[in-house]
Amino acid sequence: MYDLIVIGGGPAGLSSAYKAYENGVKNILIIERDEALGGILNQCIHNGFGLHKFKEELTGPEYAQKYIDLLKNTDVKILLSTMVMEVTENKEVHILNENGYEVLSAKAIILAMGCRERTRGAISIPGHRPAGVFTAGTAQRYINMEGYTIGKNVLILGSGDIGLIMARRMSLEGYNVVGVVELMEYSNGLTRNIVQCLDDYNIPLYLSHTVIDIIGKNRLEKVIVSKVDENKKPIKGTEIEFEVDTLLLSVGLIPENEIPKNVGINLDTRNNGLLVDENMETSIDGIFACGNTVHVHDLVDFVSDEGDKAGISATNYINGKTTEKSLLPIKNGAGISYTVPQHININTENTIDISFRVNKIFNRAKIQLECNGNILKTFKKPYCLPAEMERIKIEPELLKNLDDTLTISVVDWEV
Amino acid sequence: MMNVICTVCPKGCHLEVNLDTKEVSGNDCNRGRVYGINEVENPKRVITSTVKIENAIINKLPVKTSDAIGKHLNFEAMDIIKKITVTSPIKCGDIIVENFLETGVSLIATRSL
Repeated sequence: MYDLIVIGGGPAGLSSAYKAYENGVKNILIIERDEALGGILNQCIHNGFGLHKFKEELTGPEYAQKYIDLLKNTDVKILLSTMVMEVTENKEVHILNENGYEVLSAKAIILAMGCRERTRGAISIPGHRPAGVFTAGTAQRYINMEGYTIGKNVLILGSGDIGLIMARRMSLEGYNVVGVVELMEYSNGLTRNIVQCLDDYNIPLYLSHTVIDIIGKNRLEKVIVSKVDENKKPIKGTEIEFEVDTLLLSVGLIPENEIPKNVGINLDTRNNGLLVDENMETSIDGIFACGNTVHVHDLVDFVSDEGDKAGISATNYINGKTTEKSLLPIKNGAGISYTVPQHININTENTIDISFRVNKIFNRAKIQLECNGNILKTFKKPYCLPAEMERIKIEPELLKNLDDTLTISVVDWEV
Repeated sequence: MMNVICTVCPKGCHLEVNLDTKEVSGNDCNRGRVYGINEVENPKRVITSTVKIENAIINKLPVKTSDAIGKHLNFEAMDIIKKITVTSPIKCGDIIVENFLETGVSLIATRSL
């Protein structure tokens, strides 16, 4: 019997396991399906990680290495090349690896499975089905880890960070990147990635455009792109033909939640992430979650913070130190697409971090927390972008005696 | 006046750099002021890429320049990086090429493999 089993050896899993170890949990196991720890960081060879957590600029593998080195000096056990097949309500973990099938059990579990990419099927692009259409993350792994050359002339659909990073990476590697196409009227990537990945290499960004056809018998030959109207419908007569042999799709990430779904853990229908409270505890006592399995982050530093929180909460649970729960739901008001946590325990003694995303661009944002029409707290930010996760802190005193849904909303703040 | 978007951190402040007086506005911190001036006078970037590695669990070792080097050197740097092959074991931080392109900056490994 383990005290704690952590599912997933990426940044969320690593930081949560280390935090629990630091706080005195003895018998910890990390289960990872890949051959090495680090998760997606291993293929993110670009820099920009760690500015918040380590106050220095690291590449993905370096960031992972920090945690791998920390864990090396501990007795935390690690199982690589191992798939988790099932988790049960009484905290059994069914695993499969080259030694066969085994059922492990733990006092507490942390879910840190991360997320996966949306594919061509998820966005229903019509056309032929030739070779040469990749999700951006798959291309990233092929190029940065396996060392494959995947094509010559490249078009990228989706201006999320992975798409932008791949535009630069492939340009440097000698591919001809002809453009990045984005359905929305704004980019979904971080500003600095627009500057360093597109502007530096003169790669055009086609905003309010989308792919309407894919042509090619065996290998991709042509991609047809069209401008879209305000309802995101292609406008006839605006078609552009790109003669490319490679199309990368960077069209969003979905939390990877088959395991918790099967055991009946509640999901947030807004973003397919797991429903958690302010301690990162799911709807099953003693099962916690952190990282992209809860909601997709843009900065790994915040994933580690969430992992730390889950690690501390699991430690408290294992030691029998829990607070009686009286959960209050948090609703997204105007301008908000989702919040994490989705409900909070009003009996908590700790400061609560709430992460959220806005659903449009705000140049001067006023974030309001209200209950029963009373405004409990306001925060002002110079700007809020859908591409960047926002975080606010709430003192536990503010929540005392509240008895109704909390609402978070964002409005433009008039000067 | 030149408009520059600061890339020191993910915030992405919109800077205005006065080319004559070297005055920067729009920055939230001092690192932004330094970045704004450098971006106008001598733009620099850290290059991250991979080199071939033998006897490791994967075929590519991630590398980076230990500091930013002139942006104009990007493609020259890649021509050299593409020709390098190393052999496992390599430790994160190991120097792969010293004084890379005579910049005084090293090309270093960013993963232990």
